[in-house]
Amino acid sequence: MTDKTTIAAISTPMGTGGVGIIRISGEKAMEITDKIFRAFSGKALADSEGYKAHYGRIFDGETAVDEAICLVFRAPHSYTGENVVEINCHGGVFLTKKILRLVLANGASPAAPGEFTKRAFLNGKMDLSKAEGVMSLISAQGEQGANAAYNLLEGSLSRKIEEINSSLLSVAAHLAAWVDYPDDEIEEIDENNLRNTVQAALDKINLLLSRFDSGMAVTTGVDAAIVGKPNVGKSTLMNLLTGYDRSIVTAVEGTTRDVVEETVNLDGCILRLSDTAGMRETGDIVEKIGVDRSRKKLERAAVIFAVFDLSRELSAEDLELIEMCKGRTVIPIINKTDLDRKADISVIENTLGKCVAISAKDGDGYGELCEKVTTLIGTKDFDTSAAMLANERQRLCCENAVASLNEALEAIDFGLTLDAIGVCIDGAIAALLELTGQKASEAVVDEVFRQFCVGK
Amino acid sequence: MEYFAKKYQVIVIGAGHAGIEAGLASARLGCETCVFTINLDWVGNMACNPSIGGTSKGHLVREIDALGGEMGKAADANTLQSRILNLGKGPAVHSLRAQIDRRLYSDYMKHVLELQDNLDLRQAEITDLSQLEDGTWQVKTHLEAVYTADCVILATGTFLAGKVYVGDVSYESGPDGMFPANKLGVALKNLGLPTRRFKTGTPSRVNRKTVDFSKLEIQEGDKHIVPFSFDNNLEIQNKLPCYITYTNLETKDIILKNLHRSPLYGGKIDGKGPRYCPSIEDKIVRFAEKERHQIFIEPCGENTEEMYLQGLSSSLPEDVQLKFIRSIPGLENAETMRTAYAIEYDCVDPLALKASLEFNDYSGLFGAGQFNGSSGYEEAAAQGLVAGVNAAHKILGKEPLILERSGSYIGTLIDDLVTKGCSDPYRMMTSRSEYRLLLRQDNADRRLTPIGYEIGLISEERYQKYLKKLELIDIEKKRVQNLVISPSDEINELLVSRETSPLNTGVRFAELLKRPQLNYELLTPFDTERPPLPYEIFEQVEIDIKYEGYIKRQQAQVDEMHRLEVKILPEDTDYNTIHGLRLEAREKLSKIRPHNIGQASRISGVSPSDISVLLIYLEKECRK
Repeated sequence: MTDKTTIAAISTPMGTGGVGIIRISGEKAMEITDKIFRAFSGKALADSEGYKAHYGRIFDGETAVDEAICLVFRAPHSYTGENVVEINCHGGVFLTKKILRLVLANGASPAAPGEFTKRAFLNGKMDLSKAEGVMSLISAQGEQGANAAYNLLEGSLSRKIEEINSSLLSVAAHLAAWVDYPDDEIEEIDENNLRNTVQAALDKINLLLSRFDSGMAVTTGVDAAIVGKPNVGKSTLMNLLTGYDRSIVTAVEGTTRDVVEETVNLDGCILRLSDTAGMRETGDIVEKIGVDRSRKKLERAAVIFAVFDLSRELSAEDLELIEMCKGRTVIPIINKTDLDRKADISVIENTLGKCVAISAKDGDGYGELCEKVTTLIGTKDFDTSAAMLANERQRLCCENAVASLNEALEAIDFGLTLDAIGVCIDGAIAALLELTGQKASEAVVDEVFRQFCVGK
Repeated sequence: MEYFAKKYQVIVIGAGHAGIEAGLASARLGCETCVFTINLDWVGNMACNPSIGGTSKGHLVREIDALGGEMGKAADANTLQSRILNLGKGPAVHSLRAQIDRRLYSDYMKHVLELQDNLDLRQAEITDLSQLEDGTWQVKTHLEAVYTADCVILATGTFLAGKVYVGDVSYESGPDGMFPANKLGVALKNLGLPTRRFKTGTPSRVNRKTVDFSKLEIQEGDKHIVPFSFDNNLEIQNKLPCYITYTNLETKDIILKNLHRSPLYGGKIDGKGPRYCPSIEDKIVRFAEKERHQIFIEPCGENTEEMYLQGLSSSLPEDVQLKFIRSIPGLENAETMRTAYAIEYDCVDPLALKASLEFNDYSGLFGAGQFNGSSGYEEAAAQGLVAGVNAAHKILGKEPLILERSGSYIGTLIDDLVTKGCSDPYRMMTSRSEYRLLLRQDNADRRLTPIGYEIGLISEERYQKYLKKLELIDIEKKRVQNLVISPSDEINELLVSRETSPLNTGVRFAELLKRPQLNYELLTPFDTERPPLPYEIFEQVEIDIKYEGYIKRQQAQVDEMHRLEVKILPEDTDYNTIHGLRLEAREKLSKIRPHNIGQASRISGVSPSDISVLLIYLEKECRK
């Protein structure tokens, strides 16, 4: 297997750990690291022997980002059998992510699910008996990555990308119809319009990318869902955790009809928190959609905040929720400690473990809840790297799209023929469609027949 | 009474554009071949438009020619008018199209088949197809003759269980009033092939003497004619022009008022029709805001007054057709000679085929052309060539010819069909190729002639000629890369007039050629030592230089894909036992059975991690 690409990924769990490790594997591992790392000894990693550690600093351009230790392994004496550098830095989501990004920007590709292990196997570092294990691992991680990517795509990001893509598709279809049907009366392509469309798409993707960096669009963290039957105080809890009135709170059951999302930082643990509609059988169509979404959120969340009302006896809906949370990473929460106790919490604790008692309204128990969250995520072998990977892949797709669109602009300004420009635009569409797994050529062909009256 | 007639190595059912190339390729590679046709008077019939080529189809013809097929030569020999389409839109999309004398084309092809060694051409309807216990295939004719062969290529076009619709009239028929192949349709179903119904259509033909040409725009051919064949020695001339007219609001009104009489809108046809070839009623309904639609009037031959009305395909009743035709300027008094019709036919789901065009589940049985769900003469011929070569290769014990999608439109066409399938008749388009800056019609020989030579369809003589051409390109490229042009008032005047920056210092000729505003011709006065080379050489050098950056980038993508294309998945791979594949991937892979990892990666529903799993599996198998 002669895979020429050099891959990189964070190989420590994302959370609040003390050290973060970014692993880079491939022919150019040292070369790429040298672009962002300066050893205090002044020595380049490219000149280093294997099995050596180098102490130095990571740079983003001329700005020092962190102190780090780089371990160098030379092919074939490494885990993957290729050249490998492991950057040990000072943990933390943002820092590790930032360094990974620097590595990717300097020529590495994000590692696919299980790719390090795959390479190790293909390079003969594992014996045949491990093959099945490797295949399971890849498929499990792939599944997780796909779920994570899917989660992200459901949101505003996907709508944004779709919007950008549809403007590009429309241009590409026009170009295709104009080229493939020269005898039909297809309007000439106006170069100014073309330029404007490409520029507009470029601006929008760049905006998305800048948001990626400031962490607004996809703050990596743990997907957490607040679930429970109606009126147990889910929205009040949401507001408590976000620190402001994010969700509307009333005494009327079924107030929250759709999923409300927010990213919060609980003592350094980043949660992508969703407040969901209360789960119950309902005849109201809108509410029913909300309930279905709640179920979906519950299925996909990495952490579940299962909320129960201490002031009411447990109902069939509560029991159903307990059943749904079985075997998941769940924090059972009994709310309304400020009122009289009526619920028999042993039913909950027998299945889901110790409850955290809070009064979301007054903020009582907030500290314990935070502690519970951080220990759960910190101690549990909590793998959010799949979600992380999905993010980085998306970012890379967007960056590839930007590169293609810049090429298109260059070609337009240089005065090159439209066939070359069309190929650049197709490249951008392909990069964006990679997010949804569609194929660019099919999408363009479909669009041609939708938009234009062509054919004999 | 049934009798045993003859044993062949390859039998081709159908002598349309696919069957012709299939039969010729197989026979030329030394296999005893028989081509059966239902009607010997219509070998290579152009049942629809009397033209060959067009956007991306012209690419296909040149590729067929570069591989040693016949279509390009036949078109060159029977051209009525030739044009290069899309000039000014860039070399990747330049496309050659020629109007063809369809009767002469048919005669030409029939004669080529007749003269071909190892090949018998027979008129007979094949009524049955079955596989004997030893794997040999057996066909029967309507006259009860039994033939056997090691391989059979199905190239049945629109004959298979064909049914024609004109308004509320419908009847079983092949194209152009020929017999349909009904019994074969039943036999294939019994065999268990996954067949389905597609539909297509063709417009009316009118008599030239009833057309008022004073109201029509004329469309002439190109002054400088480029032949399809890289091996052409003929002097090709434009003989007849085409004409243009337009439908109007009256046409629209007539059609809309009679829409209920169309079998398509009345729901009588269930066959899937081609999106790229809509009937006039389709166009009027779907694009209601358009006031007029362009109609081309094309000659069918020098010895006939028949003219083809491109753009007026319809399945409305005859009386309605005549009415709307006569609403069009120039056609007020037109007399129709053939009525437009829609035809529904059986074809196969191409996902059941390998990239070699052999059936996954039927060793020795191949499909080509419209039978595989495609549409168009050129698409058919391309598949016919590949199926013919692969039938021969199977018999000769050679590896199948699988053309990579990154190397040709033919490869793209077949890969699309057997990997993605098609839900309506598949037409080639330039936008279907992600590598189109590389897959140009001008360089088809550079991409494919070495392959044609290796297969044995390109003669030594032609190959030597090709090598000479490469050498000339190389020498000329080096010359312009070294030639320095000094600044002068004359050249700067030219540069400024072309809106590009003047020279301050000497610059290499190649650098000037890079500028989109300049070309060889414009720079002639400053290139005094230019050798007298054929036009094609300068064309190749200029494109190579001008698009160098883009070509390099696409080449890098091609190389990346190639890494996966060379990883062959064994045919007997049991995807259900491979650990770690997702269920959807398992199902899709089992159905499509990709030839290699590259093809597998293009299947929708096969994820990157499934591909990783397959790579590990392959490695595991080869270590065993």
